[in-house]
Amino acid sequence: MVEDEEVRIGVYICHCGLNIASVVDVKKAAEEVSKVPNVVVAKDYQFMCSQPGQNIIIEDIKQHRLNRVVVAACSPRMHEPTFQKAVERGGLNPYLFEMANIREHCSWVHEKEKVAATEKAIKLVKAAIAKARLLKPLKREKVNVIPRALVIGGGIAGIRASLDIANAGFEVHLVETRPSIGGNMARLDKTFPTLDCSQCILTPLMVEVSRHPNVTLHTYTDVVNIDGSVGNFKVKLLKKPRYVDESKCTGCGTCITKCPWTAPSEFELGLGKRKAIYFEFPQAVPLIPVIDPEHCMYFQKGTCRACEKFCPTKAIDFNQKPEEIELEVGAIILATGYSLYDVAKAMPEYGYRKYKDVITGLELERLVSATGPTKGHIVRPSDGKEPKKVAIILCVGSRDEKHLRFCCRFGCVAGIKHAYYIVSHIPDAEVYICYRDIRTFGKGYEEFYERIRNYENIKFIRGSPMEILQDADGSLYFDVFDANTNRIVTLRPDLVVLETGIVPHPTFKEVAKILKCAVGPDGFALELHPKLRPTETSVDGVFLAGAVQGPKDIPDTVAQAGAAASSVIALMSKGYVETIPYVSSINEDLCSGCGICQPLCAYDAISLVKKEDGKQVAKVDIGKCKGCGVCAAACPSGAAQQLGFNDEQILAMVRTLTR
Amino acid sequence: MNKPRLAIIPGANCAGCDYSLLDLGEKVIEVLMAVDIAYWPTAADLKLEDLEKLPDGSIDLVLFEGAVNNDETEEMAKLARRKAKNLIAFGACACFGGIPGLANVASKDGILRKAYIKSLSTVNQQGTIPCKLTRLDGIELTIPEFLESVKSLDQVVNVDYYLPGCPPPLKLVAEALTAALSGKLPPKGTVFGSMKSVCDDCKRIREDKKITEIKRYHQLIPDPERCLFEQGIICMGPATRGGCDAVCPTVNVPCRGCMGPTPGSQDQGARMLSALSSVIGLEVETGVSDEEVRKLILQVKDPLGTFYRYSLPKSIMRRVWGVRE
Repeated sequence: MVEDEEVRIGVYICHCGLNIASVVDVKKAAEEVSKVPNVVVAKDYQFMCSQPGQNIIIEDIKQHRLNRVVVAACSPRMHEPTFQKAVERGGLNPYLFEMANIREHCSWVHEKEKVAATEKAIKLVKAAIAKARLLKPLKREKVNVIPRALVIGGGIAGIRASLDIANAGFEVHLVETRPSIGGNMARLDKTFPTLDCSQCILTPLMVEVSRHPNVTLHTYTDVVNIDGSVGNFKVKLLKKPRYVDESKCTGCGTCITKCPWTAPSEFELGLGKRKAIYFEFPQAVPLIPVIDPEHCMYFQKGTCRACEKFCPTKAIDFNQKPEEIELEVGAIILATGYSLYDVAKAMPEYGYRKYKDVITGLELERLVSATGPTKGHIVRPSDGKEPKKVAIILCVGSRDEKHLRFCCRFGCVAGIKHAYYIVSHIPDAEVYICYRDIRTFGKGYEEFYERIRNYENIKFIRGSPMEILQDADGSLYFDVFDANTNRIVTLRPDLVVLETGIVPHPTFKEVAKILKCAVGPDGFALELHPKLRPTETSVDGVFLAGAVQGPKDIPDTVAQAGAAASSVIALMSKGYVETIPYVSSINEDLCSGCGICQPLCAYDAISLVKKEDGKQVAKVDIGKCKGCGVCAAACPSGAAQQLGFNDEQILAMVRTLTR
Repeated sequence: MNKPRLAIIPGANCAGCDYSLLDLGEKVIEVLMAVDIAYWPTAADLKLEDLEKLPDGSIDLVLFEGAVNNDETEEMAKLARRKAKNLIAFGACACFGGIPGLANVASKDGILRKAYIKSLSTVNQQGTIPCKLTRLDGIELTIPEFLESVKSLDQVVNVDYYLPGCPPPLKLVAEALTAALSGKLPPKGTVFGSMKSVCDDCKRIREDKKITEIKRYHQLIPDPERCLFEQGIICMGPATRGGCDAVCPTVNVPCRGCMGPTPGSQDQGARMLSALSSVIGLEVETGVSDEEVRKLILQVKDPLGTFYRYSLPKSIMRRVWGVRE
């Protein structure tokens, strides 16, 4: 379009059925605005968004040589894209279009004042016309996408997402902070409701992802920094030293056998011990041990070196240093998972960590596991005896105003599964499940619940204990009010299992800070839309998989991981992204680099750069800019303007409305 | 060949702009030699009739100083326009209303009542207030009458050029006079000054604009190297047109905004207020109560005089009549 071409505006007033037309006199409005300078044609129509409605615009653009279009209808959020596409089909730049909202902003809120509503609608349309006169064509920029993804978190979500992306033919870097991938799922003995062995279904995937030619595994590695934007992220990783040369180690385990020093095992949640040089767990991937300098005699006192002496491949390297790794990736999946709510600290009434025989559900998984600290025997941690009476308490911390408001989404069925563990290992045991509501929404969960409910020695008590106490003989007891029978029941269990609530894994907080992605009030990652865009974040090119977004069971986690992976694959298959056109634009002729805007940008899109003459100016990275307009509002000199919403355009609207 | 004709016409001014001409030093003689002075009450013994007698449009360059605040200065502004070939709004008052423009916070009657009746140092039992026409012993006395609002020159007549500043920076005065005398004036509407803000001229080190506390000038001795704004002092530099070589910040005094809004800005005060409120307390913003936000903002003493010291009449804010005296 030529700059000084005569402005010819077409105005279309939508009835929206009766939504608008029953309140606003649309005929009168069309007639009134037809008198406004530059308006060439003004029409009203029943449904502008319909195909015939859009066709009116397209034909008028051609017939009346329109170069601006104004539609007065619903909210731009609803139909701006619809009309922009119509305008584009008519042969105009889609941003030479302006919308006036005379439904939400007018007819819906002024139902009873028809005359005044019509006047207001006319003013709103006139304001849109005033802005339309000053509209300039805008364009979207194309940014190439590096065909390589970063997946943060090596649990089931990260593994599944990595495999999906790798299988589509794209390179993946999978980062895990622990020495082995596997995550929390690797700790489980069986998975509900089918009771498959968790390791049996997980380890093949762990091995597959580690051997996949398109996947590079970075275990025992943290994400230190991420720069850039969708398509071009620059990532800095820090690989922690294992003190074992990965290229030489065969995973034979001789070093571990010979190591004389022990420490509590992180993987066994403190229930068992490990050596100072250890595998995360027997099926660890990669099967390479790591030395924990805090418990290693060599690091503490300079002696021992047993592992070094006995290693057949000379793989021990006490001089290993942290290694910085730099990567360029086009997209990122956050799959950092969850941690258990700190019940010991937050809920002392349950006596967790105070009484040895109060354990969490995840700890019970380790007791049941054949590779766990008791080789699969359920025993009381205090005296190693088989518990004959077990209380399982659901909703510990979850659905509690004082703690976590949300449901953990797997505690109920996990608790039911745990009851099954007990009675199948100790057939004469009695199990009491203290619950508030039983929620079994997943596929096959209700059937599983039905099945377990039929066990005579598994009893359900509707209520939560007030406080777990200890008698003089060391036995635990608590009172619980059973709302089903209206009685207070006193239980003296040998073992108490707490189905604790969950919180985001602490690494998420760090990564969210680096990426500046939105975090919800519960601390989990905030998705872009709870229903329609559940895997996307506020940062373009960063996706969510699994419990990082909110509590999830394994099927949901795997499904979301697949969804996140397919979003990444879609991005990479296309090979480019288009930026939004309503970005901030800084006029370098006016900018004096005062620096007001830079700290305000929530997306880190503004940097201050020195020009050749040594003077400072602000620069916008349009790949990162979301067009929020904060910099434009704050700019004291008016050098920063938001394209499509510049001062001139907005003031033209204000002047029209206040005339 | 005739020398170009120059007139310097005062409105509501303090004559500070005249002094800025004298700052030209010896060059002022060159300027005076090069022109015919048609009117300059501060320096030349010419009467208003002399000016009125000249044909319309016959004065090559008219510098109008001061704001337009009463019917006399309004008349002078119109006269200046009629006689001028090129009319320059000379100084902050002519350009934006300046310090006299701050009168727009009150009404005309309110100001008169305050000055002649209510002020503590005044004894005026009859409540006499000056008025346009007074008859005394058969003699009619007239004095100028206040306008309802103080205006900038361009709110009264068309203005060809703007030379802001309080007073206008010497460099820009020289630039404007040289251009006018050599007949090489820039396109009409030009503002003599920089396209950028005072920050562009300022040599101070800028690091981080996040501030949590506003300090008044007497509360600290500013670090002479670092940006004054970043030290918590409200410096109008970011919202003010440059071209003054940042003379005030250079000597550790915050910019007060006498060069007016930047070319990209519609409202100097609103721009600065918006910038300040955007960065103040940025670190502690989330989860802050309204009361705490109020406290942050209440640190600004005299917001109007701070943000609109020179430009209130040119603000896009409209006056609401009868709200306060």
